Amino acid sequence: MVDKIVIEHLNLQYTDGTESLRNINLKVPVNAISVLFGPAGGGKSSLLRCLNRLNDLTEVQVVSGKILLDGENILDPKTDVIALRRRVGMVFARPVVLPMSIRQNLTYGLELANEKRRSKLDEAVERGLKLSALWEEVKDRLDDPAIALSGGQQQRLCLARVLANQPEVILLDEPTSGLDPISTGKVEAALQELKKDYTIVLVPHSVQQAARMADYAAFFLQGELVEYAKDKELFTQPKNKRTEDYIEGRFG
Amino acid sequence: MNKSPNWRETIITAVIRTCGYSAVVFVILIFFFLLREGVPALAEVKLGDLLTTRWYPIENHFGILPLLTGSLVVTLGAMLIAIPFGIGTAVFLAEIAPRWLREILKPLVELLGGLPSVVLGFLGILLLSPFLRVFLNLPTGLTALAGALLLGGIAVPTTVSIAEDALDSVPQSYREGALALGATKWQTIWRVTLPAARSGVLTALMLGIGRTIGETMAVMMVTGNAPVMADKLTSILSPVRTMTATIAAEMGEVANGSTHYHVLFFIGLVLFLISLVVNILASTVIFRSRKRAERVLS
Amino acid sequence: MKRGFTLDRFVIERLGVALITLTAVLTVVPIIGVFGYIIARGAPAISWEFLTAMPRDGMRAGGILPAIVGTFYLTLGTALFSVPLGIAAAIYLAEYARENWVTRLIRIAIINLAGIPSVVYGLFGLGLFVLFLKFGTSLLSASLTLSIMTLPVIISAAEEALRAVPQSFRTVSISLGGTRWQTVRRIVLPQALPGIITGIILGLERAAGETAPILFTGAAFFLPRLPNSPLDATMALPYHLFVISTQVPEMSIQIQYGTALVLIIFVLGMNLIATVIRSRARAKRQW
Repeated sequence: MVDKIVIEHLNLQYTDGTESLRNINLKVPVNAISVLFGPAGGGKSSLLRCLNRLNDLTEVQVVSGKILLDGENILDPKTDVIALRRRVGMVFARPVVLPMSIRQNLTYGLELANEKRRSKLDEAVERGLKLSALWEEVKDRLDDPAIALSGGQQQRLCLARVLANQPEVILLDEPTSGLDPISTGKVEAALQELKKDYTIVLVPHSVQQAARMADYAAFFLQGELVEYAKDKELFTQPKNKRTEDYIEGRFG
Repeated sequence: MNKSPNWRETIITAVIRTCGYSAVVFVILIFFFLLREGVPALAEVKLGDLLTTRWYPIENHFGILPLLTGSLVVTLGAMLIAIPFGIGTAVFLAEIAPRWLREILKPLVELLGGLPSVVLGFLGILLLSPFLRVFLNLPTGLTALAGALLLGGIAVPTTVSIAEDALDSVPQSYREGALALGATKWQTIWRVTLPAARSGVLTALMLGIGRTIGETMAVMMVTGNAPVMADKLTSILSPVRTMTATIAAEMGEVANGSTHYHVLFFIGLVLFLISLVVNILASTVIFRSRKRAERVLS
Repeated sequence: MKRGFTLDRFVIERLGVALITLTAVLTVVPIIGVFGYIIARGAPAISWEFLTAMPRDGMRAGGILPAIVGTFYLTLGTALFSVPLGIAAAIYLAEYARENWVTRLIRIAIINLAGIPSVVYGLFGLGLFVLFLKFGTSLLSASLTLSIMTLPVIISAAEEALRAVPQSFRTVSISLGGTRWQTVRRIVLPQALPGIITGIILGLERAAGETAPILFTGAAFFLPRLPNSPLDATMALPYHLFVISTQVPEMSIQIQYGTALVLIIFVLGMNLIATVIRSRARAKRQW
């Protein structure tokens, strides 16, 4: 398996000096779901935000280390972050639909890139909605305001919005944390289909979701990468005591 | 994947940044021009002569003390009115009045705030000062008192609007907590809600005071325009002249570049510096009060 | 629990509430009185002729058209200069500036601009626009002076409107590959627009009613024709009211009240428009 993203010796800290992540070395294989899980405050979200340089907007700074996307270090100051963010898309924990119609939400990313051709835009709308399993539900009301959709539909719209941009990597930060079980199931099913063509990095909101989704799993605790394994190994035979304690629910 | 320079974004960012700095540029510009035209007054009239009590430009008397005391008396009087009525009305609207009444009265009070001061001055001449003359048995109704009443009326809407917003944003849980402990409505307002809204209420007062210091037309029309020292308690009932009114009244008749012209600019400079000091003081007070409130609430 | 103690508290309570209510009544009743009185005394003067004819007989008869037109032009001129500059400055503060000493300096400067007495603005306008830049006593000088005076109002209102837009929209836009300006132009600014427009109208309303800044920079009393170019001086409603109520002998009281009423309607009409925009925008909001 080729590695899409390689994280080398990454150290992160907050602007007030406290450490966020310590010496992270991690490989994210292509076309698979890599899961980053662990208790709150472990640094998973901060790491996720470094992968599309969204940490530039927050109080998290990179102290040292590299993040290689297809071999190129995206932490280099000369990096074109705009292009990077089109290649690496992100879905956030709370669904954030832009105050526009469903269609406009989906074409927003392409319009940012100055895509004006009607045919390309319509194609992207349909593609994104079909890939996130939302097409059948909204195809007749694409010009309705996106805010009218239910919570689960809005989150799938956010996924569709990222997909319309034709990324290579999809980052998801607790994407189903506010959703009911049926919507969660739909999102998870969509991701299982998407992993055939996209590299997916997922921060789950529960250990069970981590176990369901992981092709590769990484356990983070208080800024450290404690354990990493393929498939469900981490959940059935954890090698580290701390991993086992967390999975067993002894702390959380 | 290296960055290519996005010229459009750079230019737009530069334009926006320049516009952001513009406020500072304007303050400096205003200060500069006031200095330019006002400082020559210090060369032409000795500082000691400026600080005398006789303002009679025709005979080259440029004592600005009567103008200072005039402004002081009128502003103090206005504050004595604006503070109780402004905060009292704000408390009434936020804490005592039923919702429907508040929806009617708050816009009404704000409507008064939009009234041009020249209209209030106009009513002052036609209604207020004759009333004062008759009611208080004075030789003329054009007095500092009339000015103070009008200025109070101008400051109250600003004070009410902002103080009411501040009181309204105090969380309901504070009031409920106090009432649950057995406090009466009055005690709740006085001891819990008002202190919690302290920084907003102070802001409201400061802004109201700011409006009174800078007011020109209304005072010019009703204070009688007599540049006499307002240093006795009874001065409130006699005509006075404020600094603002002096500039407005005399600038039109003054020869460009004359001593009188420079002295008027000098008075403008004094006004500018006073408002600068008051504003900086107000910002520090509010800033500190907000920090204290944040510590308490967090 | 002593009975005397309980009575005390309720008495204070009643007194306190009564006192507060009294202050409110004493504030509100005069306001209603003021408006009612002006409407009652001024309405008889309002006629089509009053609003559209030129004045006659040294302003003692005829209409006040030049004053109305002058105020209209002044408001327009003020908007022309202060609106783009104010919105851009607000965008800088809300979207670009970091919290450092420079930003604090800018905020202090804005507060100070807001607090400068209006007559000092008049002096400044005289010194810079009329004399130094040689624009003379003109619409141009007066509009420029008024626009600097209106700037802090617009900046404050616009900044608040921009900040009210949820941060999550910006994050999403950036994560989809947007630049800061694209985010502002496509999402933040359109969503903040109603609040910004409300602020602009309230700022212009103040500018329309001001007399002192235009006293030495552009206002004229006896001008028997309408201004032809920005370099002409102009009549204006607030200045007109000031002069006819203090300096013209044998001035009809009815015309004075009528002029006051027209000025109030002009100014408060703007207030009404702003309020309507604000409430309609709130209803249509998609967040």
